Amino acid sequence: MTTLPQSTEKKLGLVIDLDTCVGCHACVVSCKGWNTENYGAPLADTNAYGADPVGTFLNRVHSYEVTPEEGTAKLIHFPKSCLHCEDAPCVTVCPTGASYKRAEDGIVLVNETDCIGCGLCAWACPYGAREMDGVEKVMKKCTLCVDRIYNENLPEEDREPACVRTCPAGARHFGDFADPESNVSKLSAERGGMDLMPEQGTKPVNKYLPPRPKDQLDEVDILAPFLAPLDDAPGRDLGGFLGWLDKTLEKI
Amino acid sequence: MHPAPSIIAFTTLSGLGFGLLFWLGLGLPDSTGWVAFAFWAIAYAFAVGGLISSTLHLGHPERAIKAFRQWRSSWLSREGVAAVVTLVVMGIYGLGRVFFDASWQPLGVMGSILALITVFTTAMIYTQLKSVPRWNIMLTPLLFISFSLGGGALMAGQEMWAVVLLSVAGLVQLAWWSKGDTRFSEAGSTLGTATGLGTLGGVRPFEPPHTGNNYLLKEMAYVVGRAHSQKLRIIAVSLGFVFPMVLLFLPFSHFWALLAVLSHIAGILASRWLFFAEAEHVVGLYYGRRA
Amino acid sequence: MTIQQPKIDTSPKVSDEVRKTTCYMCACRCGINVHMKDGKVAYIEGNRDHPVNQGVLCAKGSAGIMQHNAPSRLRTPLKRVGPRGSGEFEEISWDEALQIATDWLAPVREDDPSKLAFFTGRDQSQSFTSFWAQNFGTPNYAAHGGFCSVNMAAGGIYTMGGAFWEFGQPDWDRTKLFMLFGVAEDHDSNPIKIGLGKLKKRGARVIGVNPIRSGYNAVADDWVGITPGTDGLFILALVHELLRMGKIDLRYLADYTNAACLINGDTSSPENGLLLRDEAGKELVMDRKTGKPMAFDAADVQPDLGASFTVDGITHVTVMQKLAERYLDLQYAPEAVADRCGIKAEKIRAIAAELARVAFEEEITLDTPWTDFRGRKHDKMVGRPVAFHAMRGISAHANGFQTCRALHMLQILLGSVEVPGGFRFKPPYPKPIAAHPKPHCKVTPGKPLDGPHLGFVHGPDDLALKEDGSPARIDKAFTWENPMSAHGLMHMVISNAHAGDPYKIDTLFLYMANMSWNSSMNTRGVMDMLTDKDENGDYVIPQIIYSDAYSSEMVAFADLILPDTTYLERHDCISLLDRPISEAEGAADAIRWPVVEPDRDVRGFQSVLCELGAKLNLPGFVNEDGSQKYADYGDYITNHERKPGIGPLAGWRGNGDENGRGAPNPGQLGAYIENGGFKVFHIDEEAQFYKPWNMAYQDYAVSLGLYDAPAPYLFQIYSEPMRRFQLAAEGHGDRQPPDHLRERIKEKLDPLPIWYDPSDDNRGAEYPITALTQRPMAMYHSWGTQNAWLRQIHGQNPLYMPTNLMQKHNLKDGDWARVTSPHGSITVPVMEMAALNDNTIWTWNAIGKRKGAWALSEDAPEATKGFLLNHLIHELLPAKGDGLRWANSDPITGQAAWFDLKVQVEKASAPAESQPAFPAQKSPVGQGPDTVTWKTTA
Ligand SMILES: Nc1nc2c(c(=O)[nH]1)N[C@H]1C(S)=C(S)[C@@H](COP(=O)(O)OP(=O)(O)OC[C@H]3O[C@@H](n4cnc5c(=O)[nH]c(N)nc54)[C@H](O)[C@@H]3O)O[C@H]1N2
Ligand SMILES: Nc1nc2c(c(=O)[nH]1)N[C@H]1C(S)=C(S)[C@@H](COP(=O)(O)OP(=O)(O)OC[C@H]3O[C@@H](n4cnc5c(=O)[nH]c(N)nc54)[C@H](O)[C@@H]3O)O[C@H]1N2
Ligand code: SF4
Ligand code: SF4
Ligand code: SF4
Ligand code: SF4
Ligand code: SF4
Ligand SMILES: [Mo]
Repeated sequence: MTTLPQSTEKKLGLVIDLDTCVGCHACVVSCKGWNTENYGAPLADTNAYGADPVGTFLNRVHSYEVTPEEGTAKLIHFPKSCLHCEDAPCVTVCPTGASYKRAEDGIVLVNETDCIGCGLCAWACPYGAREMDGVEKVMKKCTLCVDRIYNENLPEEDREPACVRTCPAGARHFGDFADPESNVSKLSAERGGMDLMPEQGTKPVNKYLPPRPKDQLDEVDILAPFLAPLDDAPGRDLGGFLGWLDKTLEKI
Repeated sequence: MHPAPSIIAFTTLSGLGFGLLFWLGLGLPDSTGWVAFAFWAIAYAFAVGGLISSTLHLGHPERAIKAFRQWRSSWLSREGVAAVVTLVVMGIYGLGRVFFDASWQPLGVMGSILALITVFTTAMIYTQLKSVPRWNIMLTPLLFISFSLGGGALMAGQEMWAVVLLSVAGLVQLAWWSKGDTRFSEAGSTLGTATGLGTLGGVRPFEPPHTGNNYLLKEMAYVVGRAHSQKLRIIAVSLGFVFPMVLLFLPFSHFWALLAVLSHIAGILASRWLFFAEAEHVVGLYYGRRA
Repeated sequence: MTIQQPKIDTSPKVSDEVRKTTCYMCACRCGINVHMKDGKVAYIEGNRDHPVNQGVLCAKGSAGIMQHNAPSRLRTPLKRVGPRGSGEFEEISWDEALQIATDWLAPVREDDPSKLAFFTGRDQSQSFTSFWAQNFGTPNYAAHGGFCSVNMAAGGIYTMGGAFWEFGQPDWDRTKLFMLFGVAEDHDSNPIKIGLGKLKKRGARVIGVNPIRSGYNAVADDWVGITPGTDGLFILALVHELLRMGKIDLRYLADYTNAACLINGDTSSPENGLLLRDEAGKELVMDRKTGKPMAFDAADVQPDLGASFTVDGITHVTVMQKLAERYLDLQYAPEAVADRCGIKAEKIRAIAAELARVAFEEEITLDTPWTDFRGRKHDKMVGRPVAFHAMRGISAHANGFQTCRALHMLQILLGSVEVPGGFRFKPPYPKPIAAHPKPHCKVTPGKPLDGPHLGFVHGPDDLALKEDGSPARIDKAFTWENPMSAHGLMHMVISNAHAGDPYKIDTLFLYMANMSWNSSMNTRGVMDMLTDKDENGDYVIPQIIYSDAYSSEMVAFADLILPDTTYLERHDCISLLDRPISEAEGAADAIRWPVVEPDRDVRGFQSVLCELGAKLNLPGFVNEDGSQKYADYGDYITNHERKPGIGPLAGWRGNGDENGRGAPNPGQLGAYIENGGFKVFHIDEEAQFYKPWNMAYQDYAVSLGLYDAPAPYLFQIYSEPMRRFQLAAEGHGDRQPPDHLRERIKEKLDPLPIWYDPSDDNRGAEYPITALTQRPMAMYHSWGTQNAWLRQIHGQNPLYMPTNLMQKHNLKDGDWARVTSPHGSITVPVMEMAALNDNTIWTWNAIGKRKGAWALSEDAPEATKGFLLNHLIHELLPAKGDGLRWANSDPITGQAAWFDLKVQVEKASAPAESQPAFPAQKSPVGQGPDTVTWKTTA
């Protein structure tokens, strides 16, 4: 179904917390491991032990430096996988119907047996969320772990994407954005969840939580009352160690 | 974008092939028999050759047939359908010309229109991509169509039309470049919008997500030097338009005509190479491939 | 004509079976679920029930499958046939390999066991390997702790009976302010990330102190981009501010630390500067009520911090008085240190104020009653929700031990150790130094050593010196050069053995340590030492035996290779006797077990030691009839007893119902496997905090066999062992340091924390930039490189330079620079980083590889663009003109000072590959396949 569904029952997706992500790549590798063994063809690595290794990954972690006009530079880790866009251009360009968005939950998938490997969907995606497998020559992308989240062979608590389950810092959250009461909807509302490249008009489902303000201790005024030293009080003399100790005891 | 030889060849050749078919469909030149056969053979060689080349570019050419299914939404699918229909219609029309000395003109005109539609669909494959701002302008179909018509006229020996249309195509090309050069910034995607971090300050890529290579970088993060591209632009315009027109003003000779066509093809190949190589995909932002 | 949305199987079978064991991709030792399909490893995920990782798994852990199947795995024992370093080997049988080893080692043992140096690197079975070495009789055993982070371990244990490292943790659930010093990744890898995630969720403040703002420091709310090597000064400035504001926990100091203890003030006494003690040897404090000196642990004593005690006209003051006098001095004022630390004075003040505010204004209490060692009952637990953690960033400097002590002093002054919201120990810690062994070094030919090799010295009497005063150990651990070297000095073994200083050895036996590459300083020099020949044409280090699982750089330099299995193919034991996986809420130990059988002719190294031990007739490894005692390591784990009733694993002893103490249980490993590969011994709520002084905890520790009797103690803000060394340097006692070391010992072994600048010794004036390395989170030292997935993430390492230096040297991203230290130079590619201290450059650790190693192609980026900083670091400091080359180590512990590296930078034209380049070694395992598509089911 290359045309997009008018609307989907659920809008499953991820919230990624840029304030918490430490850039450890755990999600990258667990995704690689799960998806190599599961949905579709294994994610291949070519020239794996050579000079120019090229592998298929469905999730990758970038990092950026942000330098504000004033103050110190910040470093932000930035995981990126498919955003399961509502207006997914990758789907509509697909000539075969291999790319589709599921009507029930909005997951964007590639049906590998229909994919001719033309690469057009990867061109259409502004986010670089699709990679053509170097061996199987079909398009690969994040499946939102569709073979985990409903998988009855997994214990209930494990029915979440591999990357979410593994994230040590808890920077990744999975849920239904169609439900305003869901964890992801609430997190996104509280913390100002952002769209990436809104100007592309893709209406991404996944949201990114911006980093919280940093380096506020550089603005010292808030703490002024605690800075009052024992010996600065007018008319007071510390009187050596014992005097200091007395005054310290007084303060506690 | 990575200037893949197969795609450059495909778009160039099929553009010319369908351009030639356009003229043939209109009965220009009004040839039949062996002469018509020669024209048809050339047109089909270009059009079909281009299609084959693009099919070989696929990861799974054996499944190419599936590409006809999504004509409702996919320009690539539409292109496939349009190309096949055009080739069939023009094939029948050509049969008449070659073997029956007949000119089933309504069929021919239909074929001409279909040929143009095919070129348009090809162009739309690129035009539709918001992710590649340089392509995402309505001048792109005009570029493809004008190339196709001009090149087709040249190959069809329609000297007058060729002069007019090649001049038009050349101008469209210049306009397309001039517009294209500012399109990326006009489209508004920056590393700031791509990461959502732009409101916090200047964003600069720090570590890439992998020191190894990947499909995206190979396919979409091609960068071409400015000097290099300026040189190629001059070559493209000179060979693609100026030189063929000069040759057209010389007294006709098959040699000059052939040279004009070859020169044009070389120019269009250069232009097409630039079409891809200069086109920046917004995903390059994530990799710091654009300031 | 639209096609139907395809029906997909959303419930595919995940695996045939899940086998639960322990990860080995780093020392964090997380629990893993190994999913098996068709008898093969299909997928690895974290074990949710596991105390360490609670289900999460890091990148290395998830990539374990690629490690387990790596093409670089050794396949069979190897005997060197080409010259050392060439990598030319012949494959031999295990019988032959063990015979060679026996033929080499048996005469050594009979003649002089110290001619064997057995050093184990990233060893997770140190209690076993040290047991083997002890039975062999050589004093020359240690693991990698000495070059890794002994400052951290020793600094913590000497000061408060436990350390950060992996022996303690912040109270992640309650802390409100967390300050992290010098950590990129650490051993407690997943727990730190889980913890940071919790803090973020609660909105607690995280302050990162690090010259480099990456990783954890990137998510920190506040970043202190400190100048490397100056943390001690910064911490002492914080101490100064807290004292000045009176924001310290006096009650805590009086009750639980030696702050109220009296220092012998008699300058003529050989005990001057030691603590006054009563007849029973207990430290004396002045009681507030009676004004009389009393033992610190007397039932109703109220230690008086401000008291002094005058006898015979000599006044003895408290530690607190000395402390206050020292740190209130203006030399520690923020203004005085700001420039050197690269931190604004206002910021130091603000941080001090924030520490004080959170510790004292946001105090938390738990309504949990508990009883202290003086018998006093408390109806609640008071918490100061400020927690600290630190690692190699402060410890891998030559002033690291004192800096660690300073940091612990800061924690203690705030009263935030072992309290809710503060820093908490993990069993077997807390444990006072008195409860640790002392080092042993008495060698008797043909006999075991007189006791364990490593331990904690209390003073000069415990040094490992021979009768003539020369070092007893090849690494010169526990000598006047580095008296408190609790973990040995693995980084000095090869250079000392090569120099024959203090003596020559016959056999170097290494396990799991890439000593010819990333774990050595002066890598090229070490390669030369390993291949150097004497006048007879024999190798200066005659025999080298090495156990590795993979085709590493070190393999090429060994004469005999004992190939190990991978971590999924063998038994292992993460023991309470060693470095267990405990959490603050409970002691815990774990195992690994063969979830798959090896498909190559390899054997678990520990099992090989069982066999080799028997062949060498080592007591402990043979039965009375001389037969082999332990069939393999699994057998040892089950049946070995360290003391009666105490063995490697604490769970399911006796009939399977005893914990901690009990007879060996043949079903023990099975019980562990059934339980997911681990066992947690929970601590009751009333014993959860104040552990060093909490009788309920003390009883728990005794019942588990952690100690034999309750051992409450005082935190050692003031360190008597250090003072004892000073006393010797002042001329007291019969064990006397050599004269050239006297001044250094007097200065550096100050019993109260001090700071000194290590850059002077490294010609910091000429080489003004500090060059650092950091652990990449997705790579483990050199192991990650053979991993097809991980090497795509970090296949090469640029040198990161701050914006100011990039501009100054006219460098752009991708340009090359020559980096020169007093010892050598390298030429490497550079990249800019803005969030970096102005005088610091850095790169990822251990990405650079020698050509031909790790089954990579010779043009792999690791070899052509990757590089090591190790070429710039020498194991000795630059000559000072005193005729001596001092070790590039902490003068107290011998910790390798990796991060004192000082350099200059200049732009260089791009060489063909990063410099220095080395000729390729031959790969004994060939090269990895071109394409990897790993899927167990077709
Ligand atoms: N410049 C610089 N150098 C440093 C440091 C630094 O910060 N900067 N850090 C230092 C520190 S703290 C450390 S700990 C060292 C680490 O350095 P090393 O201890 O050398 O660590 P690895 O590179 O992991 O090498 C260990 C060896 O163990 C082998 N191995 C892996 N798995 C197994 C197994 O299952 N069995 C056996 N038998 N062998 C196995 C690997 O193949 C490898 O050859 O590096 C030190 N070097
Ligand atoms: N992923 C992964 N995990 C590992 C390892 C690995 O190789 N990979 N190795 C394991 C081993 S053996 C060890 S020892 C631990 C080490 O774990 P860490 O202690 O985290 O070791 P490093 O990566 O050396 O990080 C040292 C940090 O200290 C900072 N630093 C350097 N000098 C100073 C200074 O003067 N002041 C301050 N404040 N900071 C400074 C550096 O910028 C760096 O961030 O990690 C263990 N965990
Ligand atoms: S992120 Fe890219 S691949 Fe995913 S739905 Fe959006 S456009 Fe398609
Ligand atoms: S690569 Fe496959 S999924 Fe993508 S557009 Fe082509 S056929 Fe569709
Ligand atoms: S949801 Fe699944 S497929 Fe998508 S990035 Fe996470 S692990 Fe990969
Ligand atoms: S696992 Fe979590 S913390 Fe690590 S890179 Fe991925 S999102 Fe960030
Ligand atoms: S932190 Fe990672 S590598 Fe280390 S034991 Fe845990 S999962 Fe394994
Ligand atoms: Mo280490």
